[in-house]
Amino acid sequence: MVRAEPRLSSEEAAPPAVSLRAVSFAWPGQENPVLHIPELTIKAGERLFIFGPSGSGKSTLLGLLSGVLTASEGEVSVQGTALHKLGGAARDRFRGDHVGVIFQQFNLVPYLSILENVLIPCRFSARRAARAARQAGSAALAARNLLECLDLRAELWERRVAHLSVGQQQRVAAARALIGGPELLIADEPTSSLDADRRRDFLRLLLRECENSGSTLIFVSHDQGLAAEFSSAANFEELNRRAGR
Amino acid sequence: MRNLTAARAAEMIRFTYLFFLAGKSAWNRRGTLLLVVLSIALSTTLLLGLERVRTQVRESFVQAVSGVDLVVGARGGDMQLMLYAVFHLGGATNNMSWKSALSIAARPDVAWSVPISLGDSHNGYPVVGTSADFFTRYRFRGGRELQLAQGGSFSDLFDVVTGSEVAKKHGYVPGSRIILSHGNSGAQLARHEDKPFVVSGVLRPTGTPVDRSLYISLEAMEAIHLNWQGGAPIRGLEIRPDQVRKFNLEPKSITALLVGMKSRSRVFALQQDIRNWKEEALTGVMPGVAMDQIWRLVSTGEQALFLVSGLVIFTGLAGLASAILAGLGERRRELAILRSAGARPLDILILLACEGFLLLCAGMACGLLLLVLLLLALGPTLADSYGIALHVSPPGTGELLLLGGIAAAGFLTCLIPAWRAYRLSLADGLTAST
Ligand SMILES: Nc1ncnc2c1ncn2[C@@H]1O[C@H](COP(=O)(O)OP(=O)(O)OP(=O)(O)O)[C@@H](O)[C@H]1O
Ligand SMILES: [Mg+2]
Repeated sequence: MVRAEPRLSSEEAAPPAVSLRAVSFAWPGQENPVLHIPELTIKAGERLFIFGPSGSGKSTLLGLLSGVLTASEGEVSVQGTALHKLGGAARDRFRGDHVGVIFQQFNLVPYLSILENVLIPCRFSARRAARAARQAGSAALAARNLLECLDLRAELWERRVAHLSVGQQQRVAAARALIGGPELLIADEPTSSLDADRRRDFLRLLLRECENSGSTLIFVSHDQGLAAEFSSAANFEELNRRAGR
Repeated sequence: MRNLTAARAAEMIRFTYLFFLAGKSAWNRRGTLLLVVLSIALSTTLLLGLERVRTQVRESFVQAVSGVDLVVGARGGDMQLMLYAVFHLGGATNNMSWKSALSIAARPDVAWSVPISLGDSHNGYPVVGTSADFFTRYRFRGGRELQLAQGGSFSDLFDVVTGSEVAKKHGYVPGSRIILSHGNSGAQLARHEDKPFVVSGVLRPTGTPVDRSLYISLEAMEAIHLNWQGGAPIRGLEIRPDQVRKFNLEPKSITALLVGMKSRSRVFALQQDIRNWKEEALTGVMPGVAMDQIWRLVSTGEQALFLVSGLVIFTGLAGLASAILAGLGERRRELAILRSAGARPLDILILLACEGFLLLCAGMACGLLLLVLLLLALGPTLADSYGIALHVSPPGTGELLLLGGIAAAGFLTCLIPAWRAYRLSLADGLTAST
């Protein structure tokens, strides 16, 4: 596993962004856990690329990190918070406050405007709303700034979500994940529905905005070719020592 | 303490947002949901309209006569007496004596009394012998008075005042000459051909049996029967109309006596005295109570109607639940997005419940609007022709209960898709596929 260069910032003293210990997870009805991770530490500010074959459990791991799923066994800590000790509502709150998520596709709520889509996390998390307001004056202004930074011009904002290209949709999703500067950004194959050029553009923008907000990025894909853009990369098959392997 | 209020404020903001989302989502799928809203609207209109018509019909039935404290007649069925006195139905086989009527009228606690004498008819409409007081004393539906549309009360012996329906059907106006029939058969043989009547007045529509009756004076009733005995004219005895005035036209008996008391609290005392009447077997009936009994007899169809409209509501609500359930499949993605942004499974439940409830409220509001429009459009016609007063007015307790019932049942129904979404969002995690 490639480690990032130590960063010369106060983040060094901070707890690791992610720390897993002896974690297993099985979906309801599954006999053998799909996931067994003895140990995983991701430092704050790291930009980690995780690759692995389809069906190996990458999305499941992201579900655990975001607190949507709970480990059957083991300890899951994010930003120093022990998620396995929190109740459901507290985990949801933690995710709203500290985690941004980008999916592979269909990232947007069809009946909301682009601006409203970007603002969703600020509606569920007062902390994200407050941080966005501190950065830009108001959450709406923060959303506009982010959209502009992600090359989405103002005339697109009034469009129906369905009328955006896939690449544009993914950039809106990135703005939503980034608003209010969450400490951890989780991206689950956000580029796999984009063509090669678009993929590189999107990745550059995403990495730049992560840099700006100082968020830790965990980026999952089965396309190893993207690994070079990241500060570190990990093979999911090596992380996941599930039984029978 | 401050934390608690802050938390509560945050919950309120969150709830408002979920409500906003629910509205946006419903509006986005308005094409599909329109039919659901429409069916809820129609069932609301049906149920409330039915309730309104029912209460109005009941009211105009039960209050067909008001202001009368006691109806006195020969002892027999109480309801039969009401049919005589209020609906003018039935041949009066069972009369009370005029003497008893006079002594009741003379009691100090009796304010007024109006006699009713049945027996004759005109083209199937009952002819009622009474006094001119009838037109001033009779009250219907909450104290409304009879009013003459044309002409006036009796001034001559052979004057007749007709109800609005009778006049309309036969085109009677003051001055029209009409022939009465003996009994209620209307048979040609038993017509009072020799003593034609002249219409002196036509009453305004009341929506009560008065519309379907004709009124003559007790003396006229007596006069046309001078040469009759046992239901047929006495052979060879002919008395011309100009001769009848020489006879004593005081009646020997009447069918019923409508009595108004000076003080209502005396009704029971009078009722008691009438029950113990020495000269003949009499009875006194309080109209409100008796009319209620009759209504219960004739209104058994009511429950069936309510059952049917209840079922209509049920289908409407089932349609609502299934429309939302059907939409859930394609919305799993959207729910996963909200979850990823910090929504709790409970928020998903609230969102879906809000959406259902919004549709329900929209349906109910449309239903109420439709009802108001219907009342405005049909109210005047119904009031004129059936005497059913259907006004646009704030809902009564019965209607409020119905509305509350629909809302409560609807809310419970909305919880079904909401619960399903809750379960889905728990099971899907972040990986919900479309
Ligand atoms: N909601 C779910 N319920 C039950 N089983 C699931 C669920 N989601 C995923 N799985 C199972 O868990 C395993 C891992 O799935 P996961 O989605 O994590 O893989 P992945 O590595 O993300 O694959 P891909 O690259 O195709 O996205 C698979 O066998 C899958 O069938
Ligand atoms: Mg996946």
